[in-house]
Amino acid sequence: MNNFKVLMNGIVKENPTFVLLLGMCPTLGTTSSAINGMGMGLATMFVLICSNVVISLIKNLVPDMVRIPIFVVVIASFVTLLQMLMQAYVPALYATLGLFIPLIVVNCILLGRAEAFAAKNNPLSSFFDGLGMGLGFTIALTLLGGVREFLGTGKIFNLAVMPEEYGMLIFVLAPGAFIVLGYLIAIVNRLKKA
Amino acid sequence: MKKLESSLKNMALALTGFSVVAGALLGWVNDVTAEPIAQANAKTLSDAIAVVVPGFDNNPAEAPEVIEVNGASYKIYKATKGGKFVGAAVESSSNGFGGALTVLVGFDPEGNIIDYSLLSHAETPGLGSKAADWFKKGAKGDITGKNPGEQPLVVSKDGGQIDAITASTITTRAFLLAVNNAYAAYKNQNVDSTTGATQQAAPADSTQVETNN
Repeated sequence: MNNFKVLMNGIVKENPTFVLLLGMCPTLGTTSSAINGMGMGLATMFVLICSNVVISLIKNLVPDMVRIPIFVVVIASFVTLLQMLMQAYVPALYATLGLFIPLIVVNCILLGRAEAFAAKNNPLSSFFDGLGMGLGFTIALTLLGGVREFLGTGKIFNLAVMPEEYGMLIFVLAPGAFIVLGYLIAIVNRLKKA
Repeated sequence: MKKLESSLKNMALALTGFSVVAGALLGWVNDVTAEPIAQANAKTLSDAIAVVVPGFDNNPAEAPEVIEVNGASYKIYKATKGGKFVGAAVESSSNGFGGALTVLVGFDPEGNIIDYSLLSHAETPGLGSKAADWFKKGAKGDITGKNPGEQPLVVSKDGGQIDAITASTITTRAFLLAVNNAYAAYKNQNVDSTTGATQQAAPADSTQVETNN
C-alpha cells in the first residue's frame, strides 16, 4: 500500500469518526463549538503521529502478551509531554486547548491504530496513517462542532452568522451531539453509496 | 530483527525497560519546563491583575498577602498609585463542576467589583467554561460594579439577581461563591489595613466565609 493511499484511507475510507466510530467520547464531549472540535482534533493528531511512529519503531522489542500496557505507557507519555511543553512554551494555546489534552489518553483511536496499523507496518507508513487518521478525526470534529455551534448559537468559529436568539440550545448540549452525529453519519453513508 | 517472544523474562524486561525510559524522559522534560511554566504562570497572573484592577503603579504580584479564613487561604494583591490604595485583586477558589475553580477578582476601595479573571478551572468546554466571559461587563451575568457586601451575589435560580450560565448552574454557583468569599477575605483585609475603627461597623455576616457544599 503506498503512503498516499494510507493517508487518504484515514481521511475518507476509514474515517475514525464517521466510519470506524472510534473515540466517540471526546467526539461527543468536546464538539460544542467548531474551534473546540478543531483543537481536540489537532492535539489528537499530534499524539497519534508520535505514538504511531514510536510504536512501529519498537514493535519488535515488545512481547505480544504485554503489548497493550506498553502501548498505553507510550501514548500516556506523549500526552504528558505535550501538556508540559505547551504549558511552558505556548501558554496562550494551552489556555484554550489545555482542557482537552488529558482526554487524549483515553481516546481509543490511538490504541486502535497502534494495534491495527503501527504494530504491523514500518515507521513511514505509520506516520502517514497517524496523519491521515488525525486529519480525518480533525475534519469530522470541526464539522460536527461547526454544525452544533451554528444550530445552537448562530455562530461559526465565534463569528455571528445569525442572531443568537434563533439558536436552539439543545444542539450545544449533549442530546444535540447525538442528533448531529447521527445525521452526519447518515449523510456520509449516503454520499459514499452514490 | 526478530520479534521478542512472550517469555516471562522478556515481558518483565520489556515492561520495566519501557517504564524506566518513559519515566526518565518525563522527569527530564518536567525539569526543563518547570522554569518556563512558572514564568508563564507569573506572567498570566500579573496580566490578570492589570486587567482586574487597572491604574496602579506598584507591582502587586510581588508581595501578595495571604490570609486564611475558615481553613481556606486567599491571596490579596494590593494595588497602589502614588502610595494611595486604589484597590486589590483577590485570588479565591471553590469547587466547580469539574474540580477547583480559581478566580481573581478586582475590588475598588469601596468593595465594588471592578473586573475578574478566571485563572484556572476544569469546567465543561463550551458550557461551564463560558464563565471566563459570562460575568464580564455588558455580558448576560454582568457582576461588575456590584458590591457583594450590600447584597451577596446569588444565582437567579436560587432567588438572587445573577443570571446563571446556560446549562451550567453548578459552575455559576461555584463562581459566585468564590467571588463572595473573595469579598469577605478582602473586606477583612481592607478594614485592617485602613482604620481599625471601622471594623466594628462592618456587618457581621459580611466577614463570614462560606465553606463549599
